Amino acid sequence: MESQNELTIIEQKARRRKITQNTVIYALLTIWGLCVLFPFYWMVLSSVKSYSEYSSEYVPKFYTAAPTMQNYIDAFTAVNLGRYLLNTLLFTLITTGVMLVVTILAAYAFARIEFAGRELVFLIFLALMMIPNELVIITNFVTITNLDMRNTFAGLILPSITSVFYIYLLRENFAQVPSELYYAAKVDGTSDIKYLVKVMVPICKPTIITITILKVIECWNSYVWPRLITDDSNYFLVSNGIQEIRENGLGRENIPAMMAAVVVVSLPLIILFLIFHKKIMEGVSRGGTKG
Amino acid sequence: MKVVLQNLTKKYPNRNKKIGGEVTAVGDFNFEIPDGQLIGLLGPSGCGKSTTLNLISGLIKPTSGKIWFGETDVTNLPPENRGIGLVFQNYALYPHLTVRQNITFPLENLKGDKKLSREVMNDKALEAAKLVQIDHLMDRKPSELSGGQQQRVAIARALVKVPRVLLLDEPLSNLDARLRLQTREEIRRIQQETGVTTIFVTHDQEEAMSISDMIVVMKDGYVQQIGKPQDVYDDPVNLFVAKFLGTPPINVFEGKVKGGKVYVGNDAIGDAANVSDQDVWIGIRPEGFILDENGPLHCNMERVEVMGRDVSIVSTNPCSANVTVRSIISSDIKVDRTKTDVRFSVKPHKICIFNKDTEERIHI
Amino acid sequence: MENKSMKGWLYLLPALIFLGVFMVYPLIDVFIYSVEEGYNSASQSFYGYGAYNFSYVLHDTYFLQAIRNTFLLVVITVPISTGIALLLALAITSIEKFKDIYQTVFFLPYVTNTLAIGLVFMILFKKTAYSEGMVNMLIMAVGGSSIDFIDGPYWAKMFVLCFYTIWVVLPFKILILTSSLASVNQDYYNAARVDGTSKWRIFYKITLPMISPSIFYLIITGFIGAFKAYSDVVALFGTNLNSAGMNTIVGYVYDMLYGDSGGYPSYAAAAALILFAIVLTITCINMLVRRKYVYI
Repeated sequence: MESQNELTIIEQKARRRKITQNTVIYALLTIWGLCVLFPFYWMVLSSVKSYSEYSSEYVPKFYTAAPTMQNYIDAFTAVNLGRYLLNTLLFTLITTGVMLVVTILAAYAFARIEFAGRELVFLIFLALMMIPNELVIITNFVTITNLDMRNTFAGLILPSITSVFYIYLLRENFAQVPSELYYAAKVDGTSDIKYLVKVMVPICKPTIITITILKVIECWNSYVWPRLITDDSNYFLVSNGIQEIRENGLGRENIPAMMAAVVVVSLPLIILFLIFHKKIMEGVSRGGTKG
Repeated sequence: MKVVLQNLTKKYPNRNKKIGGEVTAVGDFNFEIPDGQLIGLLGPSGCGKSTTLNLISGLIKPTSGKIWFGETDVTNLPPENRGIGLVFQNYALYPHLTVRQNITFPLENLKGDKKLSREVMNDKALEAAKLVQIDHLMDRKPSELSGGQQQRVAIARALVKVPRVLLLDEPLSNLDARLRLQTREEIRRIQQETGVTTIFVTHDQEEAMSISDMIVVMKDGYVQQIGKPQDVYDDPVNLFVAKFLGTPPINVFEGKVKGGKVYVGNDAIGDAANVSDQDVWIGIRPEGFILDENGPLHCNMERVEVMGRDVSIVSTNPCSANVTVRSIISSDIKVDRTKTDVRFSVKPHKICIFNKDTEERIHI
Repeated sequence: MENKSMKGWLYLLPALIFLGVFMVYPLIDVFIYSVEEGYNSASQSFYGYGAYNFSYVLHDTYFLQAIRNTFLLVVITVPISTGIALLLALAITSIEKFKDIYQTVFFLPYVTNTLAIGLVFMILFKKTAYSEGMVNMLIMAVGGSSIDFIDGPYWAKMFVLCFYTIWVVLPFKILILTSSLASVNQDYYNAARVDGTSKWRIFYKITLPMISPSIFYLIITGFIGAFKAYSDVVALFGTNLNSAGMNTIVGYVYDMLYGDSGGYPSYAAAAALILFAIVLTITCINMLVRRKYVYI
């Protein structure tokens, strides 16, 4: 049995260890927090520096005395940034909307309707989940080109609609809804489509929101397919727009204007995120993979 | 090891921030637990019994008050230095380790000159396992064991380092009814064999009464009564304790004391010579009734339930606070079931009266 | 019964059409492309079947360089990002104040456009005639000499790429590990604490085994993701990756398909299949290792 004195020492040690530990932890978190935030800060900072101010700083400064909005005006006038944003918005809305309808219908068929061959088709679906996009994009490129759909919205949207993973995710969720509900609805004479819209969709709203969020992020940031399928800047999405701006839009050296464009492009998703950050993070951790 | 709780208090900030203020989880708890006893902390959920256990284990720190183990103040000592064994409600067995690895886990933490060799550890683990009779399951994983076996592993793990105090948090609540009976006797046996001071938490009064040396009844963070199970049962300090203990529960009547007599309605059922006239609650345990054709208490017969050894007469009385009045009498006594009314006399020492407002016991 | 089958297929029809046209057919087609020798996309003619496309790709120095870059990227970023994510997730889990703020900030890169922020990174690291750039300023402040990370030596470019990749993939990993850590029953930790288990031993003996499924999940998806690196590379070094010497396997596939050196779907198909074979092999190895170490 330790004496009271020794116990006091143990108590003090424990307290001191806790304090040191907390300091280290907060320092670590703050360092990474700065690493994350710094590029955003730099991007906003550079976008409000005037071109002459920016070019004259051999050693870049961490602040600016005379912020200007001129770069934002340049970004919208010199290149067609407004057009890119509109295109992306349209692309995101249509793709996500159609994807939701297709996914909900398919997930419902897999989860609730019993029909010959269902298991086999579902098995094929599961196998398709493992196929990387890179394998099929080659033929899709040729297909869309042959259909003369390059530089059209149809060409952009059609191959981007289906995601086997989302169908799988939603089917799993649909399958968890007790089948008694379905039989009860059947007894009351509810049609399948009404049951789906009035019962299944509301119950599985969290998963549907998850899928929507993931798809919106994916669409807003998509680069590879739009790059392959569009070379007319009227059909560029923001990612391609940024690349275009970088390579020949504003002149290679007009970095403040470039940064203004980057801010404009990044802002919608960041605002969306700040409003819905709980929902989005919850959704992503439920949904698993990116893209 | 004697355990002393001195003005032990734990307050939490109110979770509902609009209301603010503090919630008292445990308030001003004083108790001296004698060495080698089995103590049952008892109360409805949210009464602060688990908080008390966690305060003793050191997993949470008290807002004020002190905890002593023997002659040492352990109030600010981290849990690992207190020398306690703790068994969790869900057992908290490490699912990826075998039974043997689970039991030796606490021993492997010892450092310096207390460090044990692998053989000694295995011997000690086996000893502990034998004590709880799971020594044939040493190489299984927890998922391959039944609930009762997992419970025993958890106890063995708590005992292996020979704790000064053993703490059990709702140890039987995850077991089915039959296993619960068996395991509670097992806990009693192990406690007596090891002689370790043991405190366990439960919401099941029958469980606490059956194996504890002493029980502590708590409500809303405050201790209501401490004592030997039979004493607390026979002599509750207030209506809450009276109602909380006993199955079937105590029968409560609205009544009054007038002229040194206790009345249920117009029926004078007993004496209370030293009590002034007032309205009271009257509590009578089911076994306190005597079937008596000339008895003072008139009730309306509802039904008779036969339970083998005993017979339970279910009747009604307009003054009863419960829907029915339940009395238990020996099955040797013949009950005339055709009658619509039934009369009882009441054993004098089985009448408890309580202040109508404070619900505190009034001693007759 | 017949009616019900019809209904089932009807609900499935839209998905089947889209998947059939844009996934199943291309999947078969890619194998056909890969064995059609001398395919000409203008005339859509070819002169025979064989393994020549694979042989060509495997002997193409650009492809070999892409393989080297991709493997280097995978080998560096997957372990480092998983390790850092674990460290940060543990740190977040152990604090109480500002937890939400840190979590939200750490997740921010997930919702940003890879191309856009890549551009910011390029500017931070780039050294031009008239400016040393932000990062070089820091290097010089601690007494180093400046380096052009974007057009300079190979290792410098690789460093930026790895750094940016880690920056981009961390949010997801931190999130998954944080929620995995949060789901570990607190009683395990309390039990270990009562037994006087040291911090390190708790981590090694309890935390790690408990969250091992998530860690393996992150390693597997991390491998797959890193092998398919492309848009973050473009963001940093522009579309002409071959001349920057920073091409990746996926980049090679797209270059073969389209762009300045494009018009060779057969080579692209062969390269894509080689990538798929590599990813499949690595995933299988991962699964085997997982079976050995994950207790569930």
